[in-house]
Amino acid sequence: MSSRTLVFLIPLIVIIGFWLMARYESRVAHDPTHKSYWERNGTVLGLTFIGLVAFWSLFLVTLPYLYMVVESFHPKLPPAQRGGPNDFLTIANYKSFFVNQTDGQFNDTHMYAFRYSILVSAGITILNLCICYPLAYYMAQSGTAQKVRLLLLGLIVPYWVNEILRSFAVKLILASNGLLNSSLIKLGIIGPEGKIDFLLHNTGMWVGLSYANLLIMIFPLYNAIESLDKNQIEAARDLGAPWWKIHRDVVIPHAKPGIASGCTLVFMLAAGSLAAPLLLGGPRTLWFTQVVYDFFFQSFNWPRGSAYAFILLAACIAIVLGMLKAFNVKLGEAIK
Amino acid sequence: MTSKLVFNVTFGFYLLLFFGYLFGPLLAMSVTAFNTSNYPQVIPFEGFTLDWFVKLINHQQMMEGLLNSIIIGIGVVCISVPVGLAAAIIMNQIYHRARSLFYLVTVSPLLTPGVIIGISTVIFWKDMFGLTDFTKAVFYKGIILSILGQSSFVAAYCLLIIMARLTRFDRAQEEAALDLGASYPQVFWHILVPYLRPALVSAGVLGFLSSFENYNTTTFAILADKTLVTVLAGETRQGTTPALSALAVIIIGLSLIGAVIYEYLKRREEAAALAIKENARLAERGEAE
Amino acid sequence: MSAGVELDGVTVRFGNFTAVKNANLDIKGGEFFSFLGPSGCGKTTILRTVSGFLDPSAGHVRIGGQDMAGIGPNKRPTALIFQNLALFPLMSVADNIGYGLRVRGQDKSTRMKKASELLDLIALGGQGDKLVSELSGGQKQRVAIARALAVEPKVLLLDEPLSALDLKLRQHMRNELRAIQQRVGITFIYITHDQGEALTMSDRIAVMSDGVIEQVADGATVYDQPTTPFVASFVGENNPFNGTISKATRHEAVVDTGFGKLRGRNPADLKAGDKAILFVRPESFKLGKGQADASLISNVINVAFEGNMTHVFLKGATKKNITVTVGRHGGAEVPGQGDSATISYDPALGLVLPEGKMARE
Repeated sequence: MSSRTLVFLIPLIVIIGFWLMARYESRVAHDPTHKSYWERNGTVLGLTFIGLVAFWSLFLVTLPYLYMVVESFHPKLPPAQRGGPNDFLTIANYKSFFVNQTDGQFNDTHMYAFRYSILVSAGITILNLCICYPLAYYMAQSGTAQKVRLLLLGLIVPYWVNEILRSFAVKLILASNGLLNSSLIKLGIIGPEGKIDFLLHNTGMWVGLSYANLLIMIFPLYNAIESLDKNQIEAARDLGAPWWKIHRDVVIPHAKPGIASGCTLVFMLAAGSLAAPLLLGGPRTLWFTQVVYDFFFQSFNWPRGSAYAFILLAACIAIVLGMLKAFNVKLGEAIK
Repeated sequence: MTSKLVFNVTFGFYLLLFFGYLFGPLLAMSVTAFNTSNYPQVIPFEGFTLDWFVKLINHQQMMEGLLNSIIIGIGVVCISVPVGLAAAIIMNQIYHRARSLFYLVTVSPLLTPGVIIGISTVIFWKDMFGLTDFTKAVFYKGIILSILGQSSFVAAYCLLIIMARLTRFDRAQEEAALDLGASYPQVFWHILVPYLRPALVSAGVLGFLSSFENYNTTTFAILADKTLVTVLAGETRQGTTPALSALAVIIIGLSLIGAVIYEYLKRREEAAALAIKENARLAERGEAE
Repeated sequence: MSAGVELDGVTVRFGNFTAVKNANLDIKGGEFFSFLGPSGCGKTTILRTVSGFLDPSAGHVRIGGQDMAGIGPNKRPTALIFQNLALFPLMSVADNIGYGLRVRGQDKSTRMKKASELLDLIALGGQGDKLVSELSGGQKQRVAIARALAVEPKVLLLDEPLSALDLKLRQHMRNELRAIQQRVGITFIYITHDQGEALTMSDRIAVMSDGVIEQVADGATVYDQPTTPFVASFVGENNPFNGTISKATRHEAVVDTGFGKLRGRNPADLKAGDKAILFVRPESFKLGKGQADASLISNVINVAFEGNMTHVFLKGATKKNITVTVGRHGGAEVPGQGDSATISYDPALGLVLPEGKMARE
């Protein structure tokens, strides 16, 4: 049985396992309120629900991932040769991330791109956290309901504009003959020859990435801070604590799950983003997802692209879990 | 007192910067849409024109992309809302030990980078559809793959939205309907779905919008076809033309109109609810006499 | 059309917890039958078992002679009035009432006709188009009843329907419910923790405690002739005197209590040496001396004037005080606080029951 068909067995085994456990448990514990699934929903609806959910969770979510992972362990082959003698399992694709296949040297380019993406994503996360925290705090604690609604609206409106267009807008402002440069020249701060190519220095990319993820950082923060009882802050203030201590000791510990979930989302979205780096990155930047993109659309090396994609995913998950552990936040709380 | 003043001023400044950061680029971009100069710029403002809007409509690729985006959006909503509903209902009824795993599986598309969803969709379905020549010819198309790929996470959004409302459902109503003789399908259609309607509508709207503006996943799944967004990305990458700014202005305009309509509907709903409350109060008073 | 309900050895278990223990009951068709007991005694469980939302762990439920095992709540000839009413908020009043007919496939005009008839019956004529949220508490109550009656059930089950209403409305609704039941003639099964409701409305009452049906009888019997200490102490006020039986005949027994030997009726045919409790109701006591084995002396702790009645609280043998209730024009002079007083009763009004669990205060 080829490794590809094996993929189908894994979810099947898991499902059957749970089904058997469920049957055993319902037989052992007598619960008079327990109506079986078929009784509760009727046959037609019951089948429809199961069908829809099975289609989605198996064919749209689980199987494609597993399939991609399996694919990453196969060499790149033209369609004719697949399943044939040249098609064997190999970790060559993964190795190629670390070591060049051609000359055995370290794959500096790709590893650099990887490190760069991760570090910048982390930087974006911290940047957004600092930018959003004051506003989230204000909205949650001091704003009147009217003001909050207005602020929320103000936050959401820019996001109706497509990500691409927003990147375009940023480009307009930061390009060599863009708005910022023109204004600076007009104001006489720099001379006409001293145009700063912001895009070249990746400022555009930072701005674009940060911009794209502001809203995602604000909402979990807002929700978390909002749930804090105002009285606690009042009490701390009464006791004479200065504002920075209040934040450090009262607000931030309470808002930790919100901070964690906001940071997780922003980090993963930034690391996996394609638009901002592609459109705003300078010619010398190489974002990791760009590397994957090129494997697909330029060298058509799907297995290698899959391997790299999987490396990205695994790294992101590992980093996020590690951070959650380090800051002592449970996974369940952060996911909200 | 002065510290409060200082605080307010600093905070005001911060707010200004923050919203300047958010809106600035958009405002600048909107201005360039009306500028006659070939290169989108705010200054110098050479002249006022609506030409770019006309050029936009004549942009063949963009119109084609727009049509595809709409088709994909509708397809995604048609799959994701029912799937989200089914998943929400099953989530409530599933064997409790399996619930966390089920939750993980269903929510994972939201955390997975869109790139990976796109890639895995293409790889998987290429082989699936490729099993027979017929399915390959008919189904292995960019539009269909995009619908499949996007549905994986749009359905997760729908699931969360619908679940939020479903958990607040009063089970007693379901029991009352059963007690009166309704069969389970009747309870579903007469009682549950009407209750969930607001959530279903929100899920549908959100799903359509998410699908429409999606880039990361679609860029892989669309194969050789295009959506409005991929065309935009291509254009932005290559060069810049104010026609794109014109598009942005249209989108902003539509969004603002949408916001106004939404606010108006909301106000009307609130007024109606107040009227009902007043009636109930009067009824209570009437009864006490 | 109404039907009787028979509980044949019904037991309902939730895991390790038994909510209803071996209930045997025969409710006659057309009867207004109440289950009375404190919260957690199992009465709601019985109601839900009869209506089909719970399956009994053992025993059978028969409605109109037909065994209901395996028949779901939507197929039983019962209708349930929920404690929170569970009216459909998105439907109008008329649509709520007509819902049962809708799921039976009747067309709109038939449904609307029936709905308006019922609206007239519950004195809400012409208000069918209103939304449920526009009604007052009492009106919602009546709509819930109309909705249940629309499907012409053989048995109507009511789950503490009046508990959410204020006092005056409750008393008004008591009469209304009773009137509706008598007019429509179907079996009503009513559960409540309020004895006043149970006593005034029911033909018969089942008093329940901890899953066990303690006694089934009409109101007067339950009040005057309780068969267990729980029933004696739960229904109405009662004064218990614990002790051991010193002398017993078929009709009477003398209990050696902390206040000396006291005599009462002996319906349980207890024998000398049995542990027993003598119960004397507050209104059965008189101020002043009576028969030697039906009098006692104690100190007055408090006197409470309540208008038409005066309650005299005397120190009892345990933490519980002895309550004596005398009418306004009852006779002997009411003692003052701190006085020593003698009270007595007619032995025929004293009841000796075997020692057992009593109602919690």
